[in-house]
Amino acid sequence: MALTGVLRPGHAQLRVLNLEEDVKFYRDVLGLVETGRDAQGRVYLKAWDERDHHSVVLRQADKAGLDLFGFKVACKETLTALETKLKAHGVSTERVPAGEMLETGERVRFTIPTGHVIELYAEKKDVGNGLPYENPAPWCAQSEKGIAPTRLDHALLGGVDLDGSYAIFTEVLGFFPVELLYAEDGKTIVAAWLSCSTKTHDIALIRLPENGKLHHVSFWLDTWEKVLRAADIMSMNDVPVDIGPTRHGITRGATIYAFDRSGNRFETFSGGYIAYPDMKPLIWGMDHLPEGLDYAQRKLHQTFLTVFS
Amino acid sequence: MSAMTAGEVGLEPVSSPSFVTVTFAETGRSFRCRTAESLLEGMRRLGVTGIPVGCRGGGCGVCRVEILSGRWQAFRPMGADHVSAEDRAEGRVLACCIRPSEDLTIRAVGKIRKAVARV
Repeated sequence: MALTGVLRPGHAQLRVLNLEEDVKFYRDVLGLVETGRDAQGRVYLKAWDERDHHSVVLRQADKAGLDLFGFKVACKETLTALETKLKAHGVSTERVPAGEMLETGERVRFTIPTGHVIELYAEKKDVGNGLPYENPAPWCAQSEKGIAPTRLDHALLGGVDLDGSYAIFTEVLGFFPVELLYAEDGKTIVAAWLSCSTKTHDIALIRLPENGKLHHVSFWLDTWEKVLRAADIMSMNDVPVDIGPTRHGITRGATIYAFDRSGNRFETFSGGYIAYPDMKPLIWGMDHLPEGLDYAQRKLHQTFLTVFS
Repeated sequence: MSAMTAGEVGLEPVSSPSFVTVTFAETGRSFRCRTAESLLEGMRRLGVTGIPVGCRGGGCGVCRVEILSGRWQAFRPMGADHVSAEDRAEGRVLACCIRPSEDLTIRAVGKIRKAVARV
């Protein structure tokens, strides 16, 4: 199956408590590239190897959390087709005009049952990754500055009606389950890792007692060595680390969970395996969550289930 | 800063960091905290427990404490969904966002969320 519908996570708009402090964090410590500011005061950033204009938007607010999470789709026709499918599924959608977000085309916006605002869009300006389109070098100065992930990878969203949100991603948007965490009854899904590509997850969902919660936004690093380098940079800059560096049993990815300056959790993630839609999902029980989360230490980190923004 | 408790003092540069003693009212246990670091970081760094440690950025709300005595400074914003103006006026604040100016007596009133429902 070629990628034809939803292509990938495209942007996360985060609420921050002190805009300039978090701009400094995302730009100088995480190592994203600042690409613009709009009339509302929102700040736009991208990972160095991303070619589209931005993948992170920061907005000053009085509480932390996630405003919205967007996915890029293949083309305008796909956008309209998915909008029609969402409506047929009973989801109300609205069109956000082109340009409301800098350098971004029209977006189809809707709220999923776990309370998160999700957007689809087909167009965002290609600003390049700092390397030429002909005979490029493999990396550039920007790839060495800060933690410097190559791209936005996925997000883990939390809320009450996981099943409702799961249905929208799998039945309407074409995602497939890669790994699933079940409650002790063996029937209730506690968390789901869903892919629209060959990654182990493009979006993940967790059942939490409150709606609209952000568990984390994840950024991709190419190697485990770079995850360890990220740990050093976090410590040098007093970044509050939650878990890691370690490896998840679930998805097999190498990871650090840490927090931005406003308490939004982020992840620096690497590895995993290649997933295809014909593969049976891998199943975890709640009694194996400790090693599912932290394969090296095999202990339950309570913050995984209790701390979110 | 419209609503300060008797305990809240304005932000002033800390010229020479000094240590104060922070005591948990319920247990009488205490730890030494620098006046230049957050109450939560002072506790966490020494491996002391008593206040739940979460995001350390004012966003998650698990480290809520009530300051029963002593002066303190808020050095970073606290999420409005965790600390209202009334909370702040009554000394219910996030331990990750305040620094002690002198010895404090505190009580953890953390917003401990229920973990994923067991079914």
